Amino acid sequence: MRIVLMAATAAALLLSLAANVQAETSLRIGLAEDPDILDPTMARTYVGRIVFAALCDKLFDIDEKLNIVPQLALSHETSADGKEVTIRLRPGVKFQDGEPLDAEAAKFSLERHLTFPGSFRKPELASVDHIDVVDPLTIKLVLKAPFSPLIAQLTDRAGMMVSPKAAKAEGDKFGLHPVCAGPYKFVERVQQDRIVLEKFADYWNKDNVFIDRIVYLPIVDPTVRLANLKSGGLDLIERVLATDLKDVRADSRLKVSSAIELGYQGVTLNIGKDKAKGPLSQSAKVRQALELSIDREAMNQVVFNGEFKPGNQWVSPEHPYYQADFPIRPRNVERAKALLKEAGVTPPVSVDFMVPKGPETEGTAQVMQAMAAEAGFDLKIRVTEFATSLKQAEAGEYQAYMLAWSGRIDPDGNSYVFLHSNAPQNYSAWNNAEADKALDDARLTTDMTQRKAIYAKLTKLEQEDEPILYLYHRRIIIAQTTKLEGYKQMPDGLVRVVGLKLK
Amino acid sequence: MLNFLAKRLVQIVPTLFFVSILIFSLQHLLPGDPALVMAGEERDPAVIAQIRAQYHLDQPFPVQYVYWIKGVLSGDFGESLRNKMPVLSLIAQKLPVTMQLAGMAIVIAFLIGIPAGIVSAVKKGTAWDYGANLFALWGISTPNFWLGIMLIFLFSIELGWLPASGYVPLSEDWRASLAATIMPAFVLGNAIAAILMRHTRSAMLQVLESDYVRTARAKGLSERAVILKHAMRNALTPIITLGALELGTLLSGAVLTEQIFSIPGFGKLIVDAVFNRDYAVVQGVVLVTATIYITLNLIADIAYILVNPRLRG
Repeated sequence: MRIVLMAATAAALLLSLAANVQAETSLRIGLAEDPDILDPTMARTYVGRIVFAALCDKLFDIDEKLNIVPQLALSHETSADGKEVTIRLRPGVKFQDGEPLDAEAAKFSLERHLTFPGSFRKPELASVDHIDVVDPLTIKLVLKAPFSPLIAQLTDRAGMMVSPKAAKAEGDKFGLHPVCAGPYKFVERVQQDRIVLEKFADYWNKDNVFIDRIVYLPIVDPTVRLANLKSGGLDLIERVLATDLKDVRADSRLKVSSAIELGYQGVTLNIGKDKAKGPLSQSAKVRQALELSIDREAMNQVVFNGEFKPGNQWVSPEHPYYQADFPIRPRNVERAKALLKEAGVTPPVSVDFMVPKGPETEGTAQVMQAMAAEAGFDLKIRVTEFATSLKQAEAGEYQAYMLAWSGRIDPDGNSYVFLHSNAPQNYSAWNNAEADKALDDARLTTDMTQRKAIYAKLTKLEQEDEPILYLYHRRIIIAQTTKLEGYKQMPDGLVRVVGLKLK
Repeated sequence: MLNFLAKRLVQIVPTLFFVSILIFSLQHLLPGDPALVMAGEERDPAVIAQIRAQYHLDQPFPVQYVYWIKGVLSGDFGESLRNKMPVLSLIAQKLPVTMQLAGMAIVIAFLIGIPAGIVSAVKKGTAWDYGANLFALWGISTPNFWLGIMLIFLFSIELGWLPASGYVPLSEDWRASLAATIMPAFVLGNAIAAILMRHTRSAMLQVLESDYVRTARAKGLSERAVILKHAMRNALTPIITLGALELGTLLSGAVLTEQIFSIPGFGKLIVDAVFNRDYAVVQGVVLVTATIYITLNLIADIAYILVNPRLRG
């Protein structure tokens, strides 16, 4: 009898173990790169933001239509003079180490972003003078000057809250064991191999978290990433190639989600720093001729199977800030030739075209080269490794430079740093006082209609002078197994995990 | 023997010193600025200046070298610019992975290459010989990345027997670990097997025609004893060197294969580090690799002496 009882107990134990094993669900996500440091203050890569989406909640978030919605904050209010922003926090929120997220903690996080040595958030929050605690759940950001993109900055890393206790204890190594207030907490990381997170039991929105673990696996090769998804080794992958879309759609076990990116792909034309003083830098007409020689839709068809979105501004045609009064100029080779003639230039116009290495950039450059040749341009493509190209772009050692931008929610994030004469990434060295004024004014205005009118002026100036020739906006393509339910793609490309279920 | 060992060990020191200077200089000759790459999209001049100061990148080149070598001598290889991990822990994370992969690959290479070489030498001019030669030609000329992707398609997608990529440590689950590494190990081993086969064949052919083998045969020894006991022992000396050199190459990381199978080993570590201009990581990895390489050469020299007593002199 005793033996029977023991056997029964053992069987029950085994069964319960098996049930436990079965109940634990794990979501495996294939990333295109290995993220950098997992510290919201020090992080700077796009791929890192994908991991943060599960690890660190922010004060605010965005929805599909780019509206700003509350996350760790409940609401915000800007004073009449635009110099004070009061933020009310969600009550009862805890960090993953059990510490409370109150006004003091929020103030600590923001101040850490502002003052920590080597913080990459500092420029994003540069408008903030200091932060006051109003009551245990309210903070007030006092600004040096009104800054309308501020709340949009708080929907990204600058708005991520970190546990003051853990941050103080770990110092600049916080990113090796991050503690935030997101739905999943950090378990372990093996560089270039995996990042493991597990469900945080005290998450403020825990009723909508259904998967127990998330494992991020960086797999650089897009073909192998897709192979892993097909063989069942992964549940979701990011950055699927546009050329693989047909294959993915044909597989009944897979599903595709996509959105047009917030960023842009374009060619920066060297205006102010061209040492050779070539025709392209000396005459706006030559730059306009180059634009008119390009058929963006044909480029999209040839290089990206028509999956991307041609564009001519720093935001995509789907963006609320797109200026419909300045549509894409259709290709016009005759007009381009005439413009070259007006500029007093004899073709072929030779252009040193620096292109960072990569199938998409090189493909686009080749198509552009062929199209521009018909109008009288000789684009000499110089494929350059990325780190080298950055250095040469800073030094102005190029005439045209193919450069992408991953994009920010507020249009300011896509324009100011590239177009303002004092901005660090104005590689073109474009210096236009009216444009500078428009960029500055847009930062002071919160009303969308007024801001859009200001950006219209900037668009006109940009299109006349052409420091950046905007080409297209990529489609963010996520492929997943059909076992995963509830996935929605946002335009920022991040993989949000709240609400996801695995069948 | 002891004398020989001591002499070789003393030679290692200046070699490593030279390697350290060489890698440091070559690395700094690369165009591109680590602080700029590290800043990624966030290129604020103040932040970049701060990074430069923090990592002594604003100092003259010899000063940077002294900072680094002082750290190395006290066991501190610095930290990764990209993720703040100490370089030594990164190396400690990757080395076992690469060692496992390299070990499996070299075992596969020896298991295929040496028997194939012996058979094709002994059965010279027969279908066996042609078959083995054909295999060698295929092994040498098949690109790793192509073979890797083909294996993934066959064994992971079509048959579903093996995971397409990724790595599981041996200590965690040895079966899963072997399943994850068998394909990349085969891809690496296959190419080396072909080289080993060619060398074994020509060494064996030479030895088989030598006088002492004829004598052994004349003594009436069985063919098996002649080949395995007399011929192979002599023919194996150059093969050991070759094997050690190949193992050294494997340990410095199999870049393409690791990339395709997402094996987090040395190859992936160093390639990413070079592209990110993560100086401390590149320098640390190269220094460790050089040490491994030199050690393996030393071991090969010792193995010579063990296999061939005439060299003991």
